[in-house]
Amino acid sequence: MSPLLRLEGIRKSFAGQEVLRGVDLDVAEHEVVVLVGASGSGKSTLLRCINLLEQIDDGRIVLAGDDISDPRVDADRVRSRIGVVFQHYNLFPHLRVIDNVTLAARHVHKMGKTDAAGRGLRLLTRIGLADKAREYPDRLSGGQQQRVAIARALATDPALLLLDEITSALDPELVGEVLDLVRSLKEQGATIVMATHEMAFARDVADRVVFLDGGVIVEQGAPDEFFDHPREERTRRFLARLAH
Amino acid sequence: MTVSALELERRRYRAGRARRSVWVGIASTLVFAALVVVGLSLTPGWPVVRSTFFDLGEAREAFPRVLQGIWLNIRVLLTSAVVILLFSVIVSALRTLRGAVFLPVRLLMTGYTDLFRGMPLIIVLYLVGFGIPALGFFPRLPAEFWGTLALVVTYTAYVSEVFRAGLEAVHPSQRLAARALGLSYGQTLRLVLLPQALRKVTPALMNDFVSLQKDVGLISVLGAVDAVRSAQIETSLSFNFTPYLLAGLMFVVLAIPMIRLTDWYSARLQRREQMGSIV
Ligand SMILES: Nc1ncnc2c1ncn2[C@@H]1O[C@H](COP(=O)(O)OP(=O)(O)O)[C@@H](O)[C@H]1O
Ligand SMILES: [Mg+2]
Repeated sequence: MSPLLRLEGIRKSFAGQEVLRGVDLDVAEHEVVVLVGASGSGKSTLLRCINLLEQIDDGRIVLAGDDISDPRVDADRVRSRIGVVFQHYNLFPHLRVIDNVTLAARHVHKMGKTDAAGRGLRLLTRIGLADKAREYPDRLSGGQQQRVAIARALATDPALLLLDEITSALDPELVGEVLDLVRSLKEQGATIVMATHEMAFARDVADRVVFLDGGVIVEQGAPDEFFDHPREERTRRFLARLAH
Repeated sequence: MTVSALELERRRYRAGRARRSVWVGIASTLVFAALVVVGLSLTPGWPVVRSTFFDLGEAREAFPRVLQGIWLNIRVLLTSAVVILLFSVIVSALRTLRGAVFLPVRLLMTGYTDLFRGMPLIIVLYLVGFGIPALGFFPRLPAEFWGTLALVVTYTAYVSEVFRAGLEAVHPSQRLAARALGLSYGQTLRLVLLPQALRKVTPALMNDFVSLQKDVGLISVLGAVDAVRSAQIETSLSFNFTPYLLAGLMFVVLAIPMIRLTDWYSARLQRREQMGSIV
C-alpha cells in the first residue's frame, strides 16, 4: 500500500544555516509517527514544511498521491486537508470556542452555519468541553485550550494531523488530559505526525519513533526497540541526556 | 452576615476620611476659582474683554445661527469618520502585502501616508478645496464636500498607520494558525487579524475621532457655513467676539461624551490587561 505521506530528500535552510539536509520519511495511513530530537534539531521546521507553511529548498512532499510541493497546487486547499496544532495554544482570542472550532469549516469548506455548529458541538462533546462552547478562550485552562485547538484542527476532517510539542507549554498536571485525547484519536484511526518531549508518551502511543539530528533522520524504529536498544551512538547519547 | 465591632469602627473611620477629602476638594476649588475671577476683574482691560467676549445678549442672538452651523459640522464629522475608517482599513491592508509583485502598491501607500502625515491640514484644505475645483473638470460642488474630502485624505493617512500598528501587534502565530487551517490571505486578514487589531487600537482611534471633531471646524476656511463661519458672520455684524466663544463651547459640548467614553474604555482595557486576560 502506498503511504499517505511521503517525504523525499527534504532540504531547508534559513539564512545559509541548513536545518534539514535531506529527510526521507513515509507515513502510512492510521500510523502515529513521533519525531524526537534536541531542541533546534528541526522538528518544527519539518512539520511546517509538510503543511506548506515553509517553502522547501529541495525534495518532494507527496500527500495521498499528490505532489503538494509542486508550486502549481493550491496551498490553501492542501492546508485544509492537514490539521495542525502548535506548541502555544494559539486559539483566536476574539472568537468563542465554538467559532474557533467552526471557522475553517465555514469559510474554507463553505459549510452552512447550522451544519458547522452541529459538527463543532459534536467535536466539543467528544473532547468533553461542550459546556465551554460559548466561552472565550481566555476563560479556559491551558489544557482545555489545547484540547480546543485539537478539536479545531479536526473540524475539517483532515487526512493528516501534525502536532508540534502540544504539551510543552502546559503545567504538568494538565499534560495528561491532552495526551489522553491524542491517544483516543489514535484509537479512532487518525494518521498523526507529532513532535514531543514526552518520551513515556512517545513509547506508549507511537507506532514508530523517528530521531532527528543534524538535519537528517539518524535512526527510526518501533518504540520499544528505539528506546531499549538504540543502534546509533548519537541516539544513545540523546537518550542518555534525557535520562538526567 | 455579622461584622465585628472592630471592622465597624474601621469602616466609620474610612467613611469619615472620605467625607473630609470631598469637602477639602470642594473648598480648595472654590477658593481657586474666586482668586481667578477676582484676579481677572482687577486687570485693566477686563471691562472691555468682558463686553466683547462674554456678552450674554450677543450670545443669545447668535445662538440659532451658530447652532445651525454646528449641525453642518456634525454631518461632515460623521460622514468623514465613516469614510476614513473604511479607507484606512484598505490602506493598512495594502501596506501589509508581502512579495515583490506588490512593491509598487506598497511604495505608493507609503508615499501617500508620508506626504499627508507631514502636510498641515490647513494646506490640504486649500489645495483640495480651491485647487481641484479650479481644474474645471468636476461639476460645482459645495465647499463642505471638498472640506470633507480634505479631512478624509489627511486623516486616512494617520488612521491607516494606527491600523497598521494594530495589525503588527497581533502575534504572528495567529496568522500562522489561520493559514494552517486553510484560510486564504484575505480571509485571515478579515476574520482573524483585523478584528484583533481593531480591539487593540480602539482607544487610539477614539482619540483621533476627538481631534477630528475639532478639525471639522477648519472647513470654514473654504467658505462652508459651519459653526465657525456662522460665528464669524455674527461677529462681523456686531463687532463682538462672543459668537466665537459660543461656537467654541458648542465644539466642547460635542466632544465631551467622546472624551469621557475614551477615558472609560482605555481604563477598562488597562484593567483587563492587568488581570492577565487577552484582549
Ligand atoms: N523562521 C525561521 N527563521 C530563521 N531560522 C529559523 C526559523 N525557524 C527555525 N529556524 C532555525 O531552525 C532551527 C530548527 O528550529 P526548529 O525547527 O524550531 O527546531 P525544533 O522544533 O526541533 O526545536 C533552529 O536553529 C532555528 O533557529
Ligand atoms: Mg519546535
